[in-house]
Amino acid sequence: MSIGTGAVYSLLGICVVFAALALLMAVVVILYRVTTPKASAQAPAAEPQTEEIAEYGIPEAPGSAGGIKLYNTDPRDAAMVMAIVADTLGKPLNELRFLSIKRIDEEAGGGNEI
Amino acid sequence: MDGISAILGRLWATSGFMQLVDVRQIIMIALACVLLYMGIVKKYEPLLLVGIAFGMLLTNLPGASLYHPELWDAYIEGTLGLGEVIHEGGLLDILYIGVKIGLYPSLIFLGVGAMTDFGPLLANPKSLLLGAAAQFGIFTAFLMALILKFPANVAAAIGIIGGADGPTAIWLTSLLAPDYLAPIAIAAYSYMALIPLIQPPIMRALTTEKERTTVMEQLRPVSQKQKILFPIVVTIFVCLLLPSVAPLLGCLMLGNLLKETGVTNRLADTAQNGLMNTVTIFLSVSVGATARYDRFLNLQTLAIIGLGLLAFIFATIGGLLIGKLMYKLSGGKINPLIGSAGVSAVPMAARVSQMEGQKANPSNFLLMHAMGPNVAGVIGSAVAAGLLLALFG
Repeated sequence: MSIGTGAVYSLLGICVVFAALALLMAVVVILYRVTTPKASAQAPAAEPQTEEIAEYGIPEAPGSAGGIKLYNTDPRDAAMVMAIVADTLGKPLNELRFLSIKRIDEEAGGGNEI
Repeated sequence: MDGISAILGRLWATSGFMQLVDVRQIIMIALACVLLYMGIVKKYEPLLLVGIAFGMLLTNLPGASLYHPELWDAYIEGTLGLGEVIHEGGLLDILYIGVKIGLYPSLIFLGVGAMTDFGPLLANPKSLLLGAAAQFGIFTAFLMALILKFPANVAAAIGIIGGADGPTAIWLTSLLAPDYLAPIAIAAYSYMALIPLIQPPIMRALTTEKERTTVMEQLRPVSQKQKILFPIVVTIFVCLLLPSVAPLLGCLMLGNLLKETGVTNRLADTAQNGLMNTVTIFLSVSVGATARYDRFLNLQTLAIIGLGLLAFIFATIGGLLIGKLMYKLSGGKINPLIGSAGVSAVPMAARVSQMEGQKANPSNFLLMHAMGPNVAGVIGSAVAAGLLLALFG
């Protein structure tokens, strides 16, 4: 096979892979629309957090783990807490939703609140 | 006394030491030991590399006669039937049948499917585009292999190394270029193990500090119904689009369906443990057996190793560039580092994205976001393999 023909095949190949996966993306989006009730599909995923945040009355930490809000909690500790919770529940981490993690004063019982 | 010395003499004459006449055999035995060291001590993909290295060791021990490539040559030419190969062959010839007919890679995919969670991909379907972009390495390596005068079918098999997916590489190579199975499989698994060394410099070179610090929003929840429907829909859609990919993708999705249905837990457990482990032993040893000294030690093997590295580099570049494009188009909401995870190599490539993201911003948790492109890469490389098989098979 000549280099020119090979280049055409390469270009065609990457285009076909892109097209196939783009179509698959469309299929996944349609699948989501079909299987999700309208009300919950339109509701933004992170909305419930605002009430939780207001409840604590504590300034939000500068960093946050994606949508998770951290209060007086080191990100490393938060990651550890999330891993422990997932392990204890026997659920994959991506199937759990952590809204916020707050460190409670150690004298008052200590630990992190999820 | 003379009788004893005659017996010992005969024993010595039939021993492997007397047949160890070619220096290439000694080199291959040493190379097998180096690979064993890398697998056992350095823990580079040990589940596969230890078996491959041991198969390589067995096949290069003179006199053992465990594997006979000449029988398989005759089988390919049509002068020998499969029954005769089994009758005349050794233990590894019999195990190799599973590679030859594409059985092992498909069964491995069944186990991989039973272990894979497509949730992150379903939560962020755009991940599929990153998985597609990372297949750029396959087609770049294919083109470069053509430039190095490899025949088109061999170039296609070399290119698939860029998919960073061992079973897919073995599946396609056994069908397109079986003589090159050993170097291609060894290159694929070695580079997959070296991903934490190969990818980070490219990731840092192609992204800015600001891009790397991007914190992504939490993924939306995915219902169990979607997870059950996904493997069924993908199988119907992709196998209709590219029927040649059905053995691999069909098994991947069957394994995933067994996991997600919730009513076939025993089968999912067998697919991801007992079956997967058994097939891994058979696959690795028989692939290693194809690395016989008279066929492995040549300049083409070195070229394949070099092209494999380039394939991984270009695959990473492709994923990162589309990641950067998505960063721009999303107004800075997508961290381009997750693009490099599109090269498959589950979950190593996603872990590398996580590590690089946390280096730039310690409060960054990219792992689940990177798992989307990572599993999309598995689908992407299977699609690319199916396409190459349709073109050059």
